[in-house]
Amino acid sequence: MKTLIAARMERCIGCQSCSLACARLVHKRLSWHTAGIRINSSGGISTGFEARVCLACDPPPCAAACPTGSLSPRKEDGGVKQDRSLCIRCGKCVAACPIGAIAQDELDNPYVCIHCGRCVPYCPHDCLELAEKGQANVIQEVAE
Amino acid sequence: MIRPHFRVLMVDLTSRKTHVVNVPGRETWLGGSGLGALLFEKYGDPGLPWSDPAQPLIFAIGPLTGYFPLMSKTICSFLSPYHGQYTESHAGGRSALALRFADMDALVIVGKAARPCVLSVGSKHMDIKDAPFLWGKDVFTTGKMVRNMFPGTGTRSILRIGPAGETGCAYACINVDTYRHFGRMGSGAVMGAKNLKAIAIQGDASFPLPEGKEYAKVFKEIYEQLTETTMMSKYHDLGTAGNVAALNELKSLPWRNLQATTDPGIDGISGERFAKDMLLRNTACAGCPVGCIHIGYLREKFMADNRYLYRQVAYDYEPIFSLGSMLGMTDGFGVLGLMDAVEREGLDCMSGGVALAWATEALEKGHITEAETLTPLKFGEAEGYKKAIHHLGVGTNDFYKRLAQGTMKAATHYNGQDYACVLGQEMAGYATGESFFVSESLSFRHSHLDSSAYSADQKPQDLDAPKIVAGFVKDEASRIVLTSMVGCLFARGVYTTERLQQALTSLGYAEVAANLDTAGQDIQRLRWRLRMRSGYAPMQATIPKRYSEVVTWKGPINTEFMETLRQTYAAKLMELGREVHGAEGKEG
Ligand code: SF4
Ligand code: SF4
Repeated sequence: MKTLIAARMERCIGCQSCSLACARLVHKRLSWHTAGIRINSSGGISTGFEARVCLACDPPPCAAACPTGSLSPRKEDGGVKQDRSLCIRCGKCVAACPIGAIAQDELDNPYVCIHCGRCVPYCPHDCLELAEKGQANVIQEVAE
Repeated sequence: MIRPHFRVLMVDLTSRKTHVVNVPGRETWLGGSGLGALLFEKYGDPGLPWSDPAQPLIFAIGPLTGYFPLMSKTICSFLSPYHGQYTESHAGGRSALALRFADMDALVIVGKAARPCVLSVGSKHMDIKDAPFLWGKDVFTTGKMVRNMFPGTGTRSILRIGPAGETGCAYACINVDTYRHFGRMGSGAVMGAKNLKAIAIQGDASFPLPEGKEYAKVFKEIYEQLTETTMMSKYHDLGTAGNVAALNELKSLPWRNLQATTDPGIDGISGERFAKDMLLRNTACAGCPVGCIHIGYLREKFMADNRYLYRQVAYDYEPIFSLGSMLGMTDGFGVLGLMDAVEREGLDCMSGGVALAWATEALEKGHITEAETLTPLKFGEAEGYKKAIHHLGVGTNDFYKRLAQGTMKAATHYNGQDYACVLGQEMAGYATGESFFVSESLSFRHSHLDSSAYSADQKPQDLDAPKIVAGFVKDEASRIVLTSMVGCLFARGVYTTERLQQALTSLGYAEVAANLDTAGQDIQRLRWRLRMRSGYAPMQATIPKRYSEVVTWKGPINTEFMETLRQTYAAKLMELGREVHGAEGKEG
């Protein structure tokens, strides 16, 4: 299955268009935080940027930790599906994610990337790619 | 929309208390420039000095902030230490989105802390931490320390001052997120006078979007126009630095304290040269896919045996002019070194560079000596300038203290007024001709961005003073609309009135959209009234002799026409700033 890969973050300019797009299009929020992808400056702005985004673990520890089935593994290639109606906002998924890719809003709702790719066209520097898993490095090398 | 009125967070540094004020008036005052003026009228006192603890320091955003691309700027409104009058300065970085997500339309800071402190605000907190250990620290060190004092990477903005703000330099800037600035007119000194070393704004709230398809549609159209057309390519490509060679070619680039307007040494400092040899990467204000911020790479040998360190320095047209051509520098790496020094001290790069250009000529002419400058200053020699920049930041002696109050103040003391390149404040880098010289001398912010005078000068124009002045006034009003939204002025080609109206309507601000042009004019008048109340006398604003000696592509300056234009514009400003009797509380 296709997976979002932040493949070329060395090109990132920190505009946060991706986070704003995910919040706007997937979660219907005006936010730079309640989004599947979030951009941090790595050690202060002067050293560039990094993306906090789901790496599509297979099997996903967040889904294993979820007591309600709100998060469940996608059928292949890792990552999760989310059914918000089942979520009790316990935050177990947030604690289970080893890389801190799941954000919580002020009401404790969790936000995780569902690998839909809607942020990709909003990145002006082509940092992001929706691709088959395992293609990330190949993509990085062939990028113009 | 989040709410129809303005939600303003007031912070009093004296009492260390905060409260939220709900202010009506969105249809008339829009946000940004308009909201800043409204709040200054409410909380400021044009009769008291700028440094009075009661004076407010205002940061305002607008109705479109965060909702649309390039709506990424914050307006800072304050009484300027440069001239003691009401002014504005604009900056981006993450400041605008941080304020949006901290759920405030404006942050107003009054009072004075008992000792140096850092303020942290967010949607759920206000915290003032004593920070005497930060006093005296440069801008970069301060930024690093504040990052460690408060959590929240990626979703916060850090505003801070350097030594120049602490010592009351009239052109001290506020640095925003390392690479952006509230650069001009001395807002940094206002923070310093309040004992406020830094502000961390935590953008930790989120909001529902408008129902329906309209918002998504308008967003998409604007985004495509900004990213898929060539409208923004000049900012994306070489950036504003692309103007350096173009203006040199047009005989409009100030060199060596404006003793020349073109020079063959241009190749070393052109935008093309910077891109080829120095450009390391780009970065952007939050919410802007254009990413016009160009960051250069500077490698410095600090020890024998090949020991190096490297620095990353943001460059733009203006600092290349002020710390490059204006100081006779023809080596781009040398210019980057000076930019880095200016950043550290927290000085405005334009004023700092132009002030040192004046000092260099004053030294050549014998109006001052090395007893004053403490270091040799020679056009083209970076080492002396680096030392002088530090002296200017910390105010080492009386000479540097005077110079830090403004080049014309120092020039008056040392008898060098004729060659002080001051147009209201130290000039911006456009020796384009009569229109620009008059516009910058008299206009509201004394900024090259107050009108398009510098581009009008680059084309043949009729010597019709009333027509040109009418253009300045109209241009100002339309720019005010954009800086009330608050959009980046680089996007003014995309954000036409019609576009802004669509955007506002999609968020539920139909009434605001309908009143846009009138609001622009009302805000314009209020800003001028505030400026006049704080002492502005446009008729007395003169243009130094150096500007009548300039030769541009059009030939020598037409001094007679320049004087007519100056008087016409000054008269028009008096009219704009006239009090409306009976209509408002504060008259006369
Ligand atoms: S792929 Fe979809 S869910 Fe993941 S960050 Fe992008 S827009 Fe959000
Ligand atoms: S949209 Fe692209 S350039 Fe902008 S922050 Fe996201 S990854 Fe970086």
